Amino acid sequence: MAITLTQTAATRVEKFLANRGKGIGLRLGVKTTGCSGMAYTLEFVDDMHPEDMAFDSHGVKVIVDPKSLAYIDGTELDFTKEGLNEGFKFNNPNVKDECGCGESFTV
Amino acid sequence: MALLQISEPGQSTAPHQHKLAVGIDLGTTNSLVATVRSGQSTVLVDSDGHALLPSVVRYLPDGSIDVGYSAQAAQSLDPQNTIVSAKRFMGRGLKDIDVSMQPYHFVETKSASGEMLQIETRAGIKSPVEISAEILKALKVRAEKSFGLAKNSLELVGVVITVPAYFDDAQRQATKDAARLAGLNVLRLLNEPTAAAVAYGLDNGVEGTYVIYDLGGGTFDISILKLSKGVFEVLATNGDSALGGDDFDRRLFCWVLEQSKCSPLNANDTRLLLTKSREAKEWLTDHPSAQITSVLSTGELVNVTLNTKQFNELTQTLVAKTLTPTKKALRDASLSIEDINGVVMVGGATRMPQIRLAVAEFFKQTPLTNLDPDKVVALGAAIQANTLAGNKNDADLLLLDVIPLSLGLETMGGLVEKVIPRNSTLPIARAQEFTTFKDGQTAMSIHVLQGERDLVTDCRSLAKFELRSIPPMVAGAARIRVTFTVDADGLLSVSALETSTNIEASIVVKPSYGLSEEQMLAMLQSSFGAAESDKNARMLGEAKVEAQSLILAIHAALQQDSHLLIETERKAIEAQLHTLEQLNQGQDADAIHQATEALNIATEAFAAKRMDASVSRALAGKNLDSLEI
Repeated sequence: MAITLTQTAATRVEKFLANRGKGIGLRLGVKTTGCSGMAYTLEFVDDMHPEDMAFDSHGVKVIVDPKSLAYIDGTELDFTKEGLNEGFKFNNPNVKDECGCGESFTV
Repeated sequence: MALLQISEPGQSTAPHQHKLAVGIDLGTTNSLVATVRSGQSTVLVDSDGHALLPSVVRYLPDGSIDVGYSAQAAQSLDPQNTIVSAKRFMGRGLKDIDVSMQPYHFVETKSASGEMLQIETRAGIKSPVEISAEILKALKVRAEKSFGLAKNSLELVGVVITVPAYFDDAQRQATKDAARLAGLNVLRLLNEPTAAAVAYGLDNGVEGTYVIYDLGGGTFDISILKLSKGVFEVLATNGDSALGGDDFDRRLFCWVLEQSKCSPLNANDTRLLLTKSREAKEWLTDHPSAQITSVLSTGELVNVTLNTKQFNELTQTLVAKTLTPTKKALRDASLSIEDINGVVMVGGATRMPQIRLAVAEFFKQTPLTNLDPDKVVALGAAIQANTLAGNKNDADLLLLDVIPLSLGLETMGGLVEKVIPRNSTLPIARAQEFTTFKDGQTAMSIHVLQGERDLVTDCRSLAKFELRSIPPMVAGAARIRVTFTVDADGLLSVSALETSTNIEASIVVKPSYGLSEEQMLAMLQSSFGAAESDKNARMLGEAKVEAQSLILAIHAALQQDSHLLIETERKAIEAQLHTLEQLNQGQDADAIHQATEALNIATEAFAAKRMDASVSRALAGKNLDSLEI
C-alpha cells in the first residue's frame, strides 16, 4: 500500500509548501462528485486527522484518508506541462473509466 | 486528463467548477497576466516564453488586429495605425492631451457620457477603450490556453485589473468598459501600488506605512500607503508622467552621439542606436562596463565603451528627478523618512543599481527588490483575484481599497458639501439630507463633484441631474435625501429622494471626461496648500447665501404686507435692504454678515406686526371652540 510522487512532482510540492510558508504536507483524496463517479482532490495539509495514513515520497509527506486510499492506492502523482498549461496528474492503476476531461473517474 | 493544482485545505472544487481567476496589469508600455497556482502567484507566459505583452495594438490592412511584439515592431512602419500607450488616453478628452506629440489622427465624439477622444485608424474610429480591450483579449486568450480552458469548456470566473492610484472615476470606468468589451468579468479594480504591496505580502504583515516607488518605461509614480486592519489607505500620490526608463536610454543615446560625433541620423539609425543604448543600460545592471558597436547606414562606425561610473554620472539628474516627487508625496502625507516601514520597488527601470542605491540612501533602508519589478503588480492582482474568486479560507482578510478623492455635491453659493470623504474604504454608501432654498421650489439640481477643495470651481464636475416634481413648500421644509454609493471598484452612483412624497431621481456616474493626470495630482496637492483661502471662500459663500435668503424673504414680505408699515419704517428697511444687496455683490464676508444681522434686527418689528396680522386674519370670524389649541 503506497502513494508516490515523481521527483518532478515532489520538487514542485516542496516549492509550493515553502512559498506558502506553512503546512506539513500534501493531501490526496477522492470525493463523490463529477460526471463519472469520483473526483480527485489535492490540498495542502495543516492538520492531520487521527485516521489519516501518511507516506513519505522524495521527502514530501503524502497524506491520505483511509476511505480515499481504497480508490487511489498505488497512484503515482506526476507534475507535467501540456502546452501553456501545467499541473499535477494522477496515474491511478485502479481507474477503469474516466470522463472525457479526466477530472472524474470510476473504479 | 486534466491537470490539477493544489488547493487550500477544504477548498477543493468539484470537477468543472474550478474558480479560475487572473490578475491583469494593464500597463502603459507593457501588460501582464498572472494567476495563483497551487498557492503561488505566477505570471503566465505566451508560447514563446514572453511574460510581457507590449501594450501596442496595430490595425492591419487586411482587417486583422495585431497585439504585442509584432505590433510593436511595426510601430515605425505604420505609426498611424499602430497605437501605443492607449492607457494615457483612457477616459480623456482632446483638451487633456498634447496632440502635437502624437502621430495619430484624433477625433472627439460627444456622447451622453461626455466628450471623449478617439483615434482614426484604417479600421475605423477606435476609442482608447476598444484599443485596451484588444490588449485584454490577447491576455485572456493567453490565460485560457494556460488553464487548458478551451479544451475542457471552462471559463474564467473573473479578473482583477490594476489602475494607477490617481485614476479618477472616468479612467476607472473606461478600464472597466474595456474589460467588458474583452468579455472579462471584472471582480475588482485594484490600485497598482496596493497590488505591489499585496505581492510582497505586506497586507499580512505589520501595520505601517509603505512607499511604492514605481519607475516604468515612460512614467514615474510614487505612492504612500498606510496599512491598518487589512485596509490600504492611499496617503499621497505623486509622480512624473513623462519620466521613465526610456529617458535613461535617450540620455545614453545622446552621449553615444557626442562621443562618436556622427552626422545627423536618419530614423532607422536613430532606432538602431536607441536599441543599442537600451541594451547597454540593461547590461550595466550586472556588469561593470558595456560596449556599444554599430555600423550606421552611412557607413560610419560607432564604437564606444561605457562603465557604470560614467553611466551613473550621465543619469544622475534623472535619478534626482524621481526624488523631487517623492519628497512632495512625503510632505503631502505629513510624514518623515523615519515613518516609512518599507519601500517597494516596481517597474523594470528600478533594476538599475544607481536607482536602488539612491532610494536606499534617501529612505535610509534597503528597498524590497526580490520580486521581479516588472511582474510585481500583476502578481499582487492575481493574489487578490484568487481571494475574490473564493479560493481562500474565510479567515483570510479580504483586502479593501479606498476612494482617492472626496465625493460631494454643490450647495447654494457654489460650495461643495462632502458626502464621502477621501480614503473611505470601499464599498461604501452615505446619505445626507438637503432641503429647498426658495419658497415653492419644485425642482433641485444635483451636481456631483470630486475633489478636496471647498469651492465648486476648484473641484471636478462628475455629473449633474435634476430631481423634479418636488411639491411646493416653504423654503427649508422639503426633505431631500441624497445617497452616494461607491462600489468595490470605486464607481459611483447617486440617488436623490424627496422623503415626504417618495419622488426619486438617480444617476450612475458616467463622468464627463476632461481631467488630466497632472490636474488630478495638482487638485490633490492644492487642497493642502489652499486650506486657508478655501476656508475664507467658504465663509464668504455661506454669508452670501444667508444674505440672499434674507433679501428674498424681506422682498416677499414687503410686497405682501408693506401696508403694515408707516412710511419711515418702510424707508428704513428698504435702505438696509439696499445696503445688504450692494454688499452682497462684493467679497467682504464680515461686512455681509454684519449687514445681514442689521437687517434682521431692523425687520424684527415688521416681523412681529406681520405675525399679529396673520394671527388676527386666521382668527377673524371664528369662535374659540372651533380652534384647535
